[in-house]
Amino acid sequence: MSERRYHDMGGLDAGPVARTEHNFEPWENKTDAIVRLLSNPKSGPLMRIDELRRGIEDMGPGIYDELTYYERWIASVANVLIEKGVIHVDELGRKLEEVKARHAPASTAASEG
Amino acid sequence: MSNDHSHHHDHGHDHVHADPHAPRKDLEDIPPTYHQALADAVAELLIEKGVFTGGDLRDTIEYMQGRTPELGAKITARAWTDPEFKAKLLTNAKEAAAEIGIDTGPAPLLVMENTPDVHNVIVCTLCSCYPVFLLGKSPDWYKSREYRSRVVRDPRTVLSEFGTDIAPERELRVHDSTADMRYMILPMRPEGTDGMDEAQLAQLVTRDSLIGVIEVNPPA
Repeated sequence: MSERRYHDMGGLDAGPVARTEHNFEPWENKTDAIVRLLSNPKSGPLMRIDELRRGIEDMGPGIYDELTYYERWIASVANVLIEKGVIHVDELGRKLEEVKARHAPASTAASEG
Repeated sequence: MSNDHSHHHDHGHDHVHADPHAPRKDLEDIPPTYHQALADAVAELLIEKGVFTGGDLRDTIEYMQGRTPELGAKITARAWTDPEFKAKLLTNAKEAAAEIGIDTGPAPLLVMENTPDVHNVIVCTLCSCYPVFLLGKSPDWYKSREYRSRVVRDPRTVLSEFGTDIAPERELRVHDSTADMRYMILPMRPEGTDGMDEAQLAQLVTRDSLIGVIEVNPPA
């Protein structure tokens, strides 16, 4: 029998359950919706839930525990879409710069004081 | 959350001073984290490529925000008051829910009934499968290493951490959800609710009772 992978945690020892929860942020709702649209048969589907999971399970134990739930989701979506050639890594890089530039501090400087 | 923010009252600080009459600082002004920017970037690329439209994205977000535990509570209250509905719910949950206008989503669904002899609880040990169409997004603890690891092996102790003590003679069944099968729990109707109508009963039903980590309390 092969050794279990880190996401396969049923039955292992762990501490008490901390009953944490939070209100979902807009980017988390957006990530959730992206996955629902991509996994909808109407889109092909371009990306199945199994592929989302595989992308998450391939991250490695360190990243898996460091990232929050929807951080794992969006990272997996980006990786799987690049792998499948739906998006290209260079256009994603450009788009990320574009998104960051939109939030650049220049637009907020005037409100300080 | 005590006095660690008191320094914000110092006017020399670079923090934006709170003016109760000023318009709220727009969330857009806070630089996004890498993953927040990634969500925007992926969404915009997919829209540009015509995979879906901005309208599809907004509609999906809105639709999923409308999925809340009230839906699971409505199904439960109907099952408590309508034996025929309950029988159907336990054999064909999707059809039963559709009869009262509730969409259970793309995944197959089983509803497990709590009885005086058997208590049920759900988990997804491998990831985070959850009846999201009936309960909304799952709470963080449901996806935590602690819950996923321990509830299948020592469910009585885990439930006691939620304040739920299951008698030793009562069977405790743990249902491990997958992408191919989701579960929701049908809790027991509490004592002292004979005179209550369906809407009043639904008010008693909480999300956690539909996950199975607690039972439904009698009305206060």
